[in-house]
Amino acid sequence: MKYVTEFRDQHLAHQLAQTIAAEVDPSRSYRLMEFCGGHTHAIFRYGVQQLMPPNLRFVHGPGCPVCVLPMARLDQALALLHEYDVTLCTYGDLLRVPASGRQTLLKAKAAGADVRMIYSTQDVLQIARTEPHRQIVFLAIGFETTTPPTAVLLEQARALQLKNLSVLCNHVLTPPALRAILTPSLEHAMPLDGILGPSHVSTIIGTAPYECVPRDFHVPVVIAGFEPLDVMQAALMLVRQLNAGRCVVENQYRRAVSAAGNLRARELMARVFVIRSSFEWRGLGFLPDSVLALAADYADFDAERRFPVSVITAPEPSGCDCPAILRGLKEPTQCRLFGSACTPDHPIGACMVSSEGACAAYWTHRAYLAPTAAAET
Amino acid sequence: MTLTPLSPAPTAPLDLVHGRIDLTHGAGGRATAQLLDTLFKPAFANEWLAQGNDQALFSVPPGRLVMSTDAHVVAPLFFPGGDIGSLAVHGTINDVAMSGARPLHLAASFILEEGLPLADLARIVASLAQAARDAGVAVVTGDTKVVERGKGDGVFITTTGIGVVPDGLLISGDQARPGDAILINGTLGDHGIAILSQRAHLGFETVLQSDSAALHGLVADMIAAVPEIHCLRDPTRGGLATTLNELAHQSGVGMRIHEAAIPLQPAVIAACELLGLDPLYSANEGKLVAICPAAQAETLLATMRRHPLGTQAAIIGEVVADPLHFVQLRTRFGGERLLDWLTGEQLPRIC
Repeated sequence: MKYVTEFRDQHLAHQLAQTIAAEVDPSRSYRLMEFCGGHTHAIFRYGVQQLMPPNLRFVHGPGCPVCVLPMARLDQALALLHEYDVTLCTYGDLLRVPASGRQTLLKAKAAGADVRMIYSTQDVLQIARTEPHRQIVFLAIGFETTTPPTAVLLEQARALQLKNLSVLCNHVLTPPALRAILTPSLEHAMPLDGILGPSHVSTIIGTAPYECVPRDFHVPVVIAGFEPLDVMQAALMLVRQLNAGRCVVENQYRRAVSAAGNLRARELMARVFVIRSSFEWRGLGFLPDSVLALAADYADFDAERRFPVSVITAPEPSGCDCPAILRGLKEPTQCRLFGSACTPDHPIGACMVSSEGACAAYWTHRAYLAPTAAAET
Repeated sequence: MTLTPLSPAPTAPLDLVHGRIDLTHGAGGRATAQLLDTLFKPAFANEWLAQGNDQALFSVPPGRLVMSTDAHVVAPLFFPGGDIGSLAVHGTINDVAMSGARPLHLAASFILEEGLPLADLARIVASLAQAARDAGVAVVTGDTKVVERGKGDGVFITTTGIGVVPDGLLISGDQARPGDAILINGTLGDHGIAILSQRAHLGFETVLQSDSAALHGLVADMIAAVPEIHCLRDPTRGGLATTLNELAHQSGVGMRIHEAAIPLQPAVIAACELLGLDPLYSANEGKLVAICPAAQAETLLATMRRHPLGTQAAIIGEVVADPLHFVQLRTRFGGERLLDWLTGEQLPRIC
């Protein structure tokens, strides 16, 4: 397929791998965090780690929308279904994510709740217009990539004066998550050497919001596309920065990302959303100014106002190391639930649900991670 | 007043334009008889059905019999490249044919939902009958039931097929041996993505066609050319990846698959890219996986390519000894990945 297969070229990959191997400094290590689940998916799907020299390791970041959604927010969505009998629309990825007591939206649907998988926010609008007698709640989730479509939906709903549509907003912001990961803590035995910055998120917000990372944390950032050659080229750019002692934001994904991002999308987001003062992230805890809420003009469409449920706090499942895995502190295989109690068929932690989650990626590709360990099972 | 003999003759003809299925059609009385006589019997007309009994009586040719049954549920009922009627024939014939058998007869059982337009039912029955005729099999017995509105999805069709396996053939999922070649008869994922694009109203400019087809003719040619075929299986639900895992598990072997050798339509690749799906886990309804000794692989490939349902046939990998029964994929990129069983349902990714 044009503009995609070119970025999966085997020969270019081998040339890049040779260049990286030749340029890495054998006396040091390179711990590079790929922020997005999309990167993680590509690294595993195409075997990118195997092409890297042994002293260059990819550390998997928290950029998987379903992985960072805390259980309490899913419990809240389930409470809406039970207490108000609403129609809950959301993206497919979220349906199997476990809430408290291993409940999921998929199980709620099987038990009779009206849960619909949608592909686009325009599907939600269509449902709201064709089923005026139903209260339609869109469980909105995602980083800045999926936020503009939700903003469009809200503008349309307001223009059409729809009374049966509301949004349960969980649109999270990338820069606060990056800051949280880089903020030194006692847990951080192994600091990160570089960040492969988000690709699709950056098409919206541009490269400027990452400037704080080299400035405040002295860690270089390279915005990287989601294809395997993108990831490899970005890794090479980080290696070169580190070798030269440079520390700046660079843009590998120039075919899609500009410095300013998508101005129209940003304007739209600024009109429709405001920043919420605090929000819980799975794995990262409560982060200030890290999530969007509906602006005052759109408050009527806020599902949290329309359908109040008692505040739910759900503890993370015991034994689950997702929080440490999301911070890059542990590898999935170091979790004692990995592969035994927690598999993609019966996920306990969110990192095992989405194919973008680090645990699911490790499980799916277990044959190549530790051949001897795999052979013993 | 002249009395006429009692008969199931209806008082008014069935309205095939505006009429709908109602509960009387399932009550077993005149309305049921009218539905069968007007819609089903003429479409399926054959000597066994004409016996008019609750069972079909027929003699069987010598050899071993195989039998398979398949329940068909699909939304939408009509899709590019087929409908639930033709699908119900192809699905069961293919299950019978994967033993190397020649299919003989079909039984068809319909569960109809109250409110189903009779025009839709007529289309489905006609399509099922045509698919059976094209495949050279007869629908020799059947049943209809009606369920209340909301308790079905328009129509569910269960078909059961029998066939006869020529003596000397041993084609079974447990027969794959290290060194064997793995072949496929064409592009993968077409049915699943065609259905999905209809269901989700994705509005692709290219209309993807389901590959729904009866494969027994292709199988007959393959067996004639290479009687030593070890395994045949149609990769329906769960796609190629799941079928290969089933065969690896059943035969106690591993497999190495070459991604670059797997035929895929550009439109399927594009749709999967957009939705974050994997065509190797997407359903097929006119495809088969064949495993045969490596020495016969080229002969089998050439035979498949000569058949209209195998023009894009390819050798996609080989069976290896592996106590863990892993199916491993050599990617186009040059990496390796495990092709695992499908987990849950394939769900589109968020970003």
